[in-house]
Amino acid sequence: MGMGAGMILGGIDLVALAAMLMVASTPILLAATGELIAEKAGVLNLGVEGMMIMGAIGGFAGAVLSGSPEVGFVTGAISGALMALLFGFLTQVLLSNQVATGLALTLFGLGLSALIGKGFEGVRPPATGKIDLGALADLPVLGPILFRHDWVVYFSIALVVAVWLFLHLSRSGLILRAVGENHEAAHALGYRVVAVRLGALAFGGAAAGLGGAYLSLVRVPQWTEGMTAGAGWIALAIVVFGSWRAERVLLGAYLFGGVTVLQLRLQAAGYAIPVQLLSMAPYVITIVALVIISARHRHGAQAAPAALGRIFHASR
Amino acid sequence: MITLVARPAPSRFWAWATPVLAVLATMIAGGVLFAILGKDPVEAIRVIFWDPLFGANAGYFRGQLFIKAGPLILIAAGLAVGFRAGIWNIGAEGQYIVGALCGASVALAAYPAESVLVFPAMVLAGALGGWAWGMIPALLKTRFGASEILVSLMLVYVAQNLLAWAAFGPLKNPQGFGFPGSRNLQQYPSAHNADLVAGSGIHWGVMAGFAALIGTYVLMSRHIAGFRIQIAGDAPKAARFAGVAPARLVAFCLGLSGALAGLAGMFEVAGPSGQITDSFGAGYGFTAIIVAFLGRLNPIGILLAGLLMALTYIGGDMAQLMLQLPAAAIQVFQGMLLFFLLGLDLLTNYTVKWGWARA
Amino acid sequence: MSASEPPLLRVEGLSKAYPGVLANDGVSVEIAAGQVHALLGENGAGKSTLVKMIYGLVRPDSGTMVLNGAPFAPADPHGARAAGVAMVFQHFSLFEALNVAENVALGMENPPPLRQLSARIRAVSDAYGLPLDPGRIVGDLSAGERQRVEIIRCLLQEPRLLIMDEPTSVLTPQEVEILFATLRQLAAEGTAILYISHKLEEIRSLCDHATILRGGRVVAHCDPRARTAHELAELMVGAELKLTDRAGRVSGEVVLAVAGLNMAPASAFGPSLKSVSFELRRGEVLGIGGVAGNGQEDLLASLSGERPSGPGMVVLKGEDVSTLGPNPRRTRGLLAAPEERLGHAAAPDMSLTENAVLTGTTRRKLTRHGFIDWRAARAFAAEIIAAYDVRTPGPQVAARALSGGNLQKFVIGREVLQAPEVLVVNQPTWGVDAAAAAAIRQALLDLAAGGAGVIVISQDLDELLEISDRFAALNEGRLSPPRATASLTLQEIGLSLGGAHGMKAAEVGA
Repeated sequence: MGMGAGMILGGIDLVALAAMLMVASTPILLAATGELIAEKAGVLNLGVEGMMIMGAIGGFAGAVLSGSPEVGFVTGAISGALMALLFGFLTQVLLSNQVATGLALTLFGLGLSALIGKGFEGVRPPATGKIDLGALADLPVLGPILFRHDWVVYFSIALVVAVWLFLHLSRSGLILRAVGENHEAAHALGYRVVAVRLGALAFGGAAAGLGGAYLSLVRVPQWTEGMTAGAGWIALAIVVFGSWRAERVLLGAYLFGGVTVLQLRLQAAGYAIPVQLLSMAPYVITIVALVIISARHRHGAQAAPAALGRIFHASR
Repeated sequence: MITLVARPAPSRFWAWATPVLAVLATMIAGGVLFAILGKDPVEAIRVIFWDPLFGANAGYFRGQLFIKAGPLILIAAGLAVGFRAGIWNIGAEGQYIVGALCGASVALAAYPAESVLVFPAMVLAGALGGWAWGMIPALLKTRFGASEILVSLMLVYVAQNLLAWAAFGPLKNPQGFGFPGSRNLQQYPSAHNADLVAGSGIHWGVMAGFAALIGTYVLMSRHIAGFRIQIAGDAPKAARFAGVAPARLVAFCLGLSGALAGLAGMFEVAGPSGQITDSFGAGYGFTAIIVAFLGRLNPIGILLAGLLMALTYIGGDMAQLMLQLPAAAIQVFQGMLLFFLLGLDLLTNYTVKWGWARA
Repeated sequence: MSASEPPLLRVEGLSKAYPGVLANDGVSVEIAAGQVHALLGENGAGKSTLVKMIYGLVRPDSGTMVLNGAPFAPADPHGARAAGVAMVFQHFSLFEALNVAENVALGMENPPPLRQLSARIRAVSDAYGLPLDPGRIVGDLSAGERQRVEIIRCLLQEPRLLIMDEPTSVLTPQEVEILFATLRQLAAEGTAILYISHKLEEIRSLCDHATILRGGRVVAHCDPRARTAHELAELMVGAELKLTDRAGRVSGEVVLAVAGLNMAPASAFGPSLKSVSFELRRGEVLGIGGVAGNGQEDLLASLSGERPSGPGMVVLKGEDVSTLGPNPRRTRGLLAAPEERLGHAAAPDMSLTENAVLTGTTRRKLTRHGFIDWRAARAFAAEIIAAYDVRTPGPQVAARALSGGNLQKFVIGREVLQAPEVLVVNQPTWGVDAAAAAAIRQALLDLAAGGAGVIVISQDLDELLEISDRFAALNEGRLSPPRATASLTLQEIGLSLGGAHGMKAAEVGA
């Protein structure tokens, strides 16, 4: 902490805070980036919380049983993707209501993860190593903030960049956006609306699962029932906050991570504010952010994909 | 390969048959789940669904059935009205908690004065608390366009923290030897929401649940306001054309479901639960969503679905005790039920054709 | 067609059944290169099904197609496009939030990178006199410009067969002329064009061959230039057509006055209403023409009360109703029927009885103290069904089960039977078969003859010329001063609708 010694404000080490911010933001960033792709394809999957918690237990179990955190992240992503495909089967093939099905996915995921997790309580997962970035890590201030993290932190940022490039520069990204804007037109031009959406959902589920696995393998790191504690819902809110744009989703996730870390630090610093009231802060801030951004959308152009949440059934 | 053909009108037969089919399918899938967990599936199903109703201690459990079903029905009745209009209040759990906090606060403020006015004041406070908590997403939706789904859900976490704070802070029992949690209202006669007939499990909250079902039935099937709520859900533009003001509709639906959830919380804290603790919110607000859907947003359906869900709670507890079945298994069971219902719902609006055809 | 040259596309015995309806029944057509071939028929005659099969969107149950001498059975639109078939859709094929170049790229098999594509869009659009900016967002374009996007998208693929589904329904007469020049140029270059329309005069001026469908079958092949429009219409309908009777109307005092009506658009894309002013008299039909997307929906909403306006802008019988909602306006005699039948004028999943309650509560007293009198509602629905010959098993049937024409008769009947003093309708006969359209027009004329004021908003200029006493044009949210219809020519109307919107005729030989 020596380097940041001069950066202490009100009993809080700002450098450590900024470093923690990146770690705290990563699960939500991953989940929100995944959901962004699903929503860009026109599907509103409210089951992010359920996919995340399944990723958390799937990843935890995978890592503990194999002894490798990397295997854990893979099994976490697969768990999330399977949940997403279940949602996809119900909403895209059986044409069920997306809002209700998303809720069901969350309730189901919370229950199933608790059931699977029974045997994993109190177990410590294998540690996920930090990446050695050599001289960069020794930079004053920037070193501890930016360059002393594990690979998943950098992967999540790379994923945002990849999603941005995919959406804006690739033909597949154009088709995905087209499906999300107007599924009838996309169908009339011969694009496979349901297939595109299932693919987008699976990606979203894998990203959410990865985010969940990061919670249980790195951020906490252990398994507890219901450990996502609304992170999936916050990821949904961040997609709205980010106006369905990858770069703003990144900003939103980091802002949120900042608030979370700050309130945890305030709790630790022993201010005379009740812990429970500080714990409300992330949720209250999310509501405030949602309100501000929704009010702006009202007066500007529509940011949400036009076909978001609508059921597609190819008739004649 | 299957093709779906839209029915000219929703099938009435399937509207009622799908919940039954969903329950059967869930029992089968649940049996498989129990078998995987190493339990005898037939035995597990019998313990969960049969014994509480017809087993040795059925007399006790039937009362428990109403105690569990009461809040579920009361909350689901309100939620169903909003869901019909396409207004998604999924934060009933938060409104339930705030209603309980408000009701209990009134009682604890009046303690130890005995008066017939205490209980009605608690009822009023509970309803108002839930209403106010529901009006937050309503206002943010109508004024700023913020999604009521996300706001109402976020407010659940805020309410849970508020509950914990109250249990450890302002509402803590001064004579509680430092343990968190409020005084037990069961020991405060003016505030106690006791069984109307001892041991029946039917307290004022259960009666309120029945009243809410009757009230929403009349509203939805006879009154023009209920008709407009339905149009708003089916075709929002047609609703506007019929003269529905969207903002008023949002406020009405969220306010109503919030007030009913708040009432449920208040009746619970004054009765079966007795006190405010940080674990007071037991998920009724979320389970009520399943109840509303399983009951097809219809009052009679909600009554049956509420009783069924209550049964899974009680049966789940018994299975935990007798078969060491994990508590989470029942949550999975409830989630599967909702999945089967949503998936099978297809049969109400479409006919399924087998054979090759390009969709 | 010369016998020596084989046709570009030969369709033989194509059939396609949907549950309860045989959409195509052994349809055979031959289209030669360079031919402009009309496909004529009423709504539901099977035109769309036929072209969807050619475009690979629908797979036929039986029958064969031969394109350029080779068997042709496209599995999907990609296959059809690869074989040289392109299609301009009537609806549903543009993406409003995407720009022109992206929209074009989505309709091509192997589009070049966007920068190159933009250059080609500019080049081709200039060559055919259809100027387009590749970087503009499609949602901001006018209906005519949007169609240019569709056409350019097809032309860039240099198709051998171009299918056009009702392309002129959204164009002004001047724009139609320019489109026709483009199509004639394409035909001269050897492209075959399959042209779907129900506008007979257009077909007579453009097409050199016609196939007429009725009830899923081919009823005639003919040269449209050798037939009169009336003959073609009778082939389409299969019965004598009744002309509407517009006698017996006298216009009385002003019943509705709109002054300086301004309103922001309800949708993200679309013009605002700018100082719209007019007066409507009792006993008259005021026709408001214009291409959809020029403010029609907002005008209807501001009159019906769905979108209240500033005070003094809408005055009914001397009373300012500008700030009132739909039901208070209904009570006072101002009724409306919006364009979108399913989802706006009627709730799809609700029964006809419930849909009768939708607007009928105040004038038909279907409620008592807020409680619905279902018996009275059923009776009202039954009355509409009987009076307007709505073909349905009964009032318990859901609105979405009715055909377009029957539902539109129900919607119009529901409003007319409430004895309005002013009735505003938007696109009353859009997508409706000829017999139902005639019945609807007659109902509107009868209503006016009975002393009500009627406003008909329509894209169909022939319809407006047929039934309206005065005509005004709505273009980019502005309303032209109403003029007596009898004194107007189609050319003048076209100019008041915005003329050619900056298009110029194709330079022949370019």
